[in-house]
Amino acid sequence: MPAAPGIPRQSARPAPMGSPAPSARRTAFAEGADRLRAAATTEPGRLRIIGAVLALLVVAFGAVAAWQADERAAAADDVLHRSQPLSSGAADIYRSLADANTAASSGFLAGGQESANARDRYEKDISTAAAGLVTAATNADPGSASESTITKLNRLLPEYKGLVERARTYNRQGYPVGGAYLRYANEKMQKEMLPAAEDLYTKENQRLDADYGDATPYPWIAIALGLLALAGLGWAQRRTFRRTNRVLNHGLVAASTATAVALLWLVVGHAVARTELTGSYDHGVRSLTVLHDARIASLKARGNENLSLVARGAETITVDGKPYDAYYYAFDQDLATLGKGLTRAGQLADDQGGRTPVQAARSDMAVWKQRHASARTEDENGNYQQALDKVIGAKGATGQCFDGVDSSLARAIDHEQAEFQRAAGDGRDAMAGLPAGAVVLAVLGAVGAVLGIGRRLSEYR
Amino acid sequence: MYAARVRASLRGWGGVGAMAVLCALALAFVLLLPCTQRSSPHPAQRSGQTAADGVQARAGSCTDSNAQNQTLAPSGADGPTIDAIKSRTGAKRKLIVGVDQNSYHWGYRNPNTEGAELEGFDIDLVHRIAQDILGDPDAVQFKAIPTSQRITAIQDGRVDMVVRTMTITCERLAQVAFSAPYFKTGQQVLAPKSSSVTGYNSSLAHKKLCTAAGSTAYTKLDGDRKTDGLPSSTDISTTVPNQLDCLVRLQLGEVDAVVTDGALAASQAAQDPTVELKGGAFTTEYYGVAMKKDASDLVRRVNRVLVGYRANGWQASYDSWLSATLGKDSNPSKPPAPQYLRTS
Repeated sequence: MPAAPGIPRQSARPAPMGSPAPSARRTAFAEGADRLRAAATTEPGRLRIIGAVLALLVVAFGAVAAWQADERAAAADDVLHRSQPLSSGAADIYRSLADANTAASSGFLAGGQESANARDRYEKDISTAAAGLVTAATNADPGSASESTITKLNRLLPEYKGLVERARTYNRQGYPVGGAYLRYANEKMQKEMLPAAEDLYTKENQRLDADYGDATPYPWIAIALGLLALAGLGWAQRRTFRRTNRVLNHGLVAASTATAVALLWLVVGHAVARTELTGSYDHGVRSLTVLHDARIASLKARGNENLSLVARGAETITVDGKPYDAYYYAFDQDLATLGKGLTRAGQLADDQGGRTPVQAARSDMAVWKQRHASARTEDENGNYQQALDKVIGAKGATGQCFDGVDSSLARAIDHEQAEFQRAAGDGRDAMAGLPAGAVVLAVLGAVGAVLGIGRRLSEYR
Repeated sequence: MYAARVRASLRGWGGVGAMAVLCALALAFVLLLPCTQRSSPHPAQRSGQTAADGVQARAGSCTDSNAQNQTLAPSGADGPTIDAIKSRTGAKRKLIVGVDQNSYHWGYRNPNTEGAELEGFDIDLVHRIAQDILGDPDAVQFKAIPTSQRITAIQDGRVDMVVRTMTITCERLAQVAFSAPYFKTGQQVLAPKSSSVTGYNSSLAHKKLCTAAGSTAYTKLDGDRKTDGLPSSTDISTTVPNQLDCLVRLQLGEVDAVVTDGALAASQAAQDPTVELKGGAFTTEYYGVAMKKDASDLVRRVNRVLVGYRANGWQASYDSWLSATLGKDSNPSKPPAPQYLRTS
């Protein structure tokens, strides 16, 4: 037998060509390379190297596959349990603030006859917004832009509430300054609070998009390593076959199988997860965003409709040289946004369950537009009481249409939320077990490769 | 034979030709007639224009101190405008008046009355005018119009008149006609009773003032600050859409004082017992009823109503709405004896 590899130092060997004088200190790397080169000159040495490389490849593949799959599964889990709920939560804050503003103006218009419902709605909205802000604050990264937005909202909310209470008190006494307070409260809401809430909502949506971005790309490094490991195993088996004419080496075959299964699992599992997640985004998140925006537009429209009657012409704006009542003008803008949003939501809805409420909202909006026009005519003709009845009255008032739009949109949002949760849940589950499975299979594959090479090696002993 | 045929055919052509000439003539008439008709009103319109120019020329000589005198002499005679109002039938037989809904004790909707009725000093006068013209004080259709719409609402004919704390100015006289003044007021300072502000003077140094955007108050403050009529340390940057919003800012402590018409300042003070008018009015302004520029008969009629109203009614209305905040003595608010300097 020739000199066994692994012997520490072959002092007899002549120095490789062009090497420096033996007296010079050699680096560990150079020595290792030398030893490897020496080992590679003998077949057992070569086999040892091949076995080590194959085991290393398979283990590396398993480790990278586990890491990348785990990363994606974690991101998918974040989408499902963290960023989407937070995005929904931010939308809820936004919506309840807009709703509170609407309820406050409705209650104000009713004056002393403010119904218990309107008051409850306002109070509930305020507490929903406050609770939502607490949740958002817990999940905001310290020092982030979201955190300062939440702080700002927390500061403005009691200010707003104070203004509304003053407006109520003065209104009950019959002082017109109550209306001025309500307009000031509305201005605070529209110019400071709602933009801040919208900002928070946008930030949470960015986080959601980022989590989607982390969950969906293919694990290319793991796939490449897997293919490399398979190629290496195949090459080793072909080499064995050519040297020994033995077709099967059990260890290597087992290693190949384990690696192939792991690779297949990785690719298929990820493809399924990716499809489901993309679906949850296209059918869930996009619809939800459009529906949330539409709902807020309808709330703003209702608020402006109420305030036009509260302000009684106290504020005008000039557009293209023509003066308009500031609130009626804003109402028209909001209703246009709502119309666009509903059209878009109708296009995005992919089943009957999603389409029906959107259609209901559309038809309510059409009626709202008509009734609003007739209420506005009454108001512009100076028939204040008639206009008031047509806006907050019990029957045939625009309030009914608004409630219809709002509840239809709430139903559509619930539906899309369920759609989202189903698809995103499926996506995350498709990757369940993949990280652990990849590790186990890789260990099996590495053991198989070492045993298979060891079997060949034993023939030299 | 041949010649006869030619003559016959010529005669045939002649008939056709004659008809063609007739047709052309008829067509020319049809086309030209509207032209002549259209051209006929031109001189009339031009004369209207010259009349307007004449008034404008007078308006050019108008100064803010005599603007309130640019009105027509009172008369009870009906004219085209009053006839048009009286010819309204049924539920529409009403005087259409533009008013404010937010000026407490002037024109405002009291939410605690049945049907949220409008009430105030301006509203009383409207009822009196309706009584005189239509024989029924309640034959009024109130239209709430914003400040910025007062003049266009009159010009577009959406209202017969505007009774809405509207100051008579030369600039407005070029656009609408005014009645004789029915109230005398001026810019005044409103501040908390405990405030160190004593009036429109140096006590406003380092104070924040609130005015309505685009109001005469703001123009006056801005001008006075440049000419040292007002301490330069006074902050006048706070402007709001409506004078009433100034009371909100004052109560919230965002400003130290409010500058607006004394009458409106009084209406703000009436809503908050802790604020009061500080010092006297530092400008003189008169409120008038605004009407369409060419509604001479209506202007004369309203002036006649005002003659009676000043003698009987004005004081009662003042007592019920304004004496609490403007003081028991109504003399500073009483309009001067009217002069009717406008002749056409």
